[in-house]
Amino acid sequence: MKTGIVRFPGSCDDIDALAAAARVGEPVLLWHADTDLQGVDAVIVPGGFSYGDYLRAGAIARFAPVMTEVEEFARGGGLVLGICNGFQVLCEANLLPGALLPNTSLKFIFRQVELEVVRGDGPFTGACASGERLSIPVKHTTGRYYAPSEELDRLEAAGQVLLRYAPGHNPNGSLRDIAGVCNERGNVFGLMPHPEHAVDPLGGSTDGMRIFESMRAHVEQHVLA
Amino acid sequence: MSSSTSSLEERHRQLGLTDGEYARILERLGRAPGDVELAMLSLMWSEHCGYKHSRRLLRRLPKEGAHVLMGPGENAGAVDVGGGLAVAFKVESHNHPSAVEPFQGAATGVGGILRDVFAVGARPIAVLDSLRFGEPSASERSRYLLERAVAGIGHYGNSIGVPTVGGEIYFEGSYEQNCLVNAMCVGLAPHDRLIRSAAAGPGNVVILLGALTGRDGIGGASVLASAELGEGDEAKRPSVQIGDPFTEKKLLECCLELLDCELLVSLQDLGAAGLTSAASEMASKGGVGLTVDLCQISLREPGMEPFEIMVSESQERMLCVATPERVGEVLGVCERWEVPATTIGCVTEGDSFQVLHRGVVVADLPVSVLVDDCPLYDLEPSPPSDGLYEAPARVLDGSESPAETLLALLRSANIASRRPVFEQYDPIVQSRTVRRPDEADAAVLVLPDGSAIAVAIDGNGRRVACDPRRGAAEAVYECAANLACVGAEPLGLTNCLNFGNPEKPHVAWQLVEAVEGLSQACEALGVPVVGGNVSLYNEAPSGPIFPTPVVGIVGKLPDAGRAGRLGFAREGDAIGLLGPFEPSLVGSELSKLRGHAPVGELPVADAARIRILHQGIRARVRSGSFRSAHDIAEGGVATALAECCIAGDIGATARLPRGLDPFGEAPGRGFIVSGPAEALAGFVMIGSVGGDRLVIDGLLDLAVSDLHDARESGLSEWV
Amino acid sequence: MRARVLVRPKAGILDPQGQAVERALPALGFEGVRNVHVGRLIELDVDDPDRLPEMCERLLTNPLIEDYEIER
Repeated sequence: MKTGIVRFPGSCDDIDALAAAARVGEPVLLWHADTDLQGVDAVIVPGGFSYGDYLRAGAIARFAPVMTEVEEFARGGGLVLGICNGFQVLCEANLLPGALLPNTSLKFIFRQVELEVVRGDGPFTGACASGERLSIPVKHTTGRYYAPSEELDRLEAAGQVLLRYAPGHNPNGSLRDIAGVCNERGNVFGLMPHPEHAVDPLGGSTDGMRIFESMRAHVEQHVLA
Repeated sequence: MSSSTSSLEERHRQLGLTDGEYARILERLGRAPGDVELAMLSLMWSEHCGYKHSRRLLRRLPKEGAHVLMGPGENAGAVDVGGGLAVAFKVESHNHPSAVEPFQGAATGVGGILRDVFAVGARPIAVLDSLRFGEPSASERSRYLLERAVAGIGHYGNSIGVPTVGGEIYFEGSYEQNCLVNAMCVGLAPHDRLIRSAAAGPGNVVILLGALTGRDGIGGASVLASAELGEGDEAKRPSVQIGDPFTEKKLLECCLELLDCELLVSLQDLGAAGLTSAASEMASKGGVGLTVDLCQISLREPGMEPFEIMVSESQERMLCVATPERVGEVLGVCERWEVPATTIGCVTEGDSFQVLHRGVVVADLPVSVLVDDCPLYDLEPSPPSDGLYEAPARVLDGSESPAETLLALLRSANIASRRPVFEQYDPIVQSRTVRRPDEADAAVLVLPDGSAIAVAIDGNGRRVACDPRRGAAEAVYECAANLACVGAEPLGLTNCLNFGNPEKPHVAWQLVEAVEGLSQACEALGVPVVGGNVSLYNEAPSGPIFPTPVVGIVGKLPDAGRAGRLGFAREGDAIGLLGPFEPSLVGSELSKLRGHAPVGELPVADAARIRILHQGIRARVRSGSFRSAHDIAEGGVATALAECCIAGDIGATARLPRGLDPFGEAPGRGFIVSGPAEALAGFVMIGSVGGDRLVIDGLLDLAVSDLHDARESGLSEWV
Repeated sequence: MRARVLVRPKAGILDPQGQAVERALPALGFEGVRNVHVGRLIELDVDDPDRLPEMCERLLTNPLIEDYEIER
């Protein structure tokens, strides 16, 4: 699997995403000003502080030249994973429903949290079992997931909520404990926790690998077949 | 500061120069300095830039070591860590700005030390912070400073993608009027990317890159850092620098790319005294002169005067020198990273620092006068006749049971869990962190070849107040002990000396004694000082702060997978108490809670035995014989046992050697370790791991959950 | 011409910043303060003020979570 990781001015966890992607295939860097996706099978929009989080987190990055290509790639069914700031960018770009608001505590929070897998199928959680718990760190100031309640009802009914914070583990006040959602088609997924920081046994939990392994399995079955 | 006010003689005093210093300037120049020249000299000759009261004393510190690649004098020190890699590191203070505006003061403190590290070509890979405030329970101002400083550190470090992996915070009445914010940065570089700041090559081009130049911090260096804070410091607020981590992130990537492409002759960051200091230092180190044209500098504010441009402390700027053939490429790289850059001058033969503005020479000073001719003052030390420091409020009266005492210590602000603080920091970005805060006594970061570096920062002002020589030595022993607990061998040390007014004999005495103590401990452990910082005049009308030397050590261990942890790990493991551990209550946390002022003689330290002790612990952590290792610090052995239980979420049963004070302290030379009984044979075994209670025979019996709750509650209401 | 865009959090969305300010004021002795919300001000010189609403919809605000008001 060839994975493109987007780098905006201010991206921080792009190198961590590159390292995680290297464990499941070939990672390449996609510079924000370039429009060549280099034939990748999947795109990761990584964590960090693109454009200093100016105006709103992700608000400026969504207009970067590379994002036009990412949007088209997504329309064509390509896999797009947005992590933390990446999730914010995808929501601002309307590739995912909802928005991320400041944490209820109004502070940056770093914490290893437990997530519950809501759906153990699809390109991003196919390698997980429904109901399984994953231990993955969060680190953000603006991670409170919001959508109007009719929208939330619709997302839940349509199975677009893939990950929730386990009871007692919601660090930011996200509505309905939502940690990650996908689009209607299921090929674009955004989450606030950082799976790329849970891949190395030296660092503790390796539960984040499930998400990258799910993506690889999906690409191998559907794209390379 | 316009020339229309008063006469020339008084102006120099307004800028912080003494009459004697002004006379020296006249003598050195052979004429009176112009406005711009006077502004430049007042900053370069300030305590903050000139180190007038400390430079002679700092020569005492030992600087030689087999692994040293860059010693004191450069933007950061550097040591060889093997595999062709170097680790650069330094600690610096930002005390006075933080007292005025704690968020920005702390943020720009982090920004400044980051720049010092990438100025030598190293990618910043970790930040640590050493903070001091007044008592949070007694002072709303101290709670405010704590909360804002922590927010500022988090804001800057998190945004720029450098993990904050460790630190320390102490609360003492002594710091009420003078908080301390010391920021340490560690960076990584291949040997051949390390660069020095000496400007070279007459004819080469000087380029200023980074943020636009505005009126930030005008006069900051001399106005804030060379004088004690008095009434009316609100008026100094306009002088505070505002930091922008996003700009610095781009600047950092840009500079590292310029170095990877070998496009630069030298690199220097702009810190205190801005362009004046950066350019003078570059020229001085290279033995060359510089000409700078202020009209080439991109300004943020219209109509800035020449002196303002020269002393502006606008953040996120660097100065570099490149050969004329490569200037185009340099500017190209800057443009790609969206970093404003302009050529502002050139390197010249000779000793002259010339500044032009609209075609007119507004300053022409010999570099040596700016950098080397600043007067150096001898300290006139004399021990204080009386106790300098007030006794703290009494919290315990001595009638408490050992169990109540332990819970009170765990709850106390200096010992309680720092989780409310470190949860505001990202400790894992860049994916190198192998030991996070609370997992071990030092942070551990993995290197590409699977080995790792460890880093810790330490300093106990209360103990140094009791006995500056022994207290300062203890800071070194404790920091080295923290490294031993993860299995790391110390390679180099950086220090920040935070003291009161050195012109007062008792403060001078504290400074001289502390430097002697630091030096002796470094020599005994074989750890060279590779750089550091001095912050003086931390004094209020009520008196000086506790003398607070802060020490940061970087070490190395061969296998990241074998890095030590502090928590008890396994039911049935034996617990060992390693020493020679001869604690006393003098200067201890318990003596503070009992309302005793910091006076008394600290226990003697046998440096040679400490060195052997650390080696032994290091070896057994590396081999896996010890499953946990934790040094005994504040609160003594009872507190250390509690901390090991809490971290491991498991109980222990222990019996202390007869006569050992459960709360006495002797930093750096007492350890609680655990492991299989066979591995601890030959050591003093005091108990075993297991259950869900901490039972110390004849002393106390407490549920680990109660210990945990007491420790967690300490700081949570303040931050 | 000089325009100002006032951006506010949409009614009904939890505004912890507003709540924090509302809690802090009485602690300083200011009573009788209710319903505090914290937003953002964007000021700009603009040649064609008729395009301001579009600027707001596309970049300056996130219409899902923010309301705006243009002042000229």
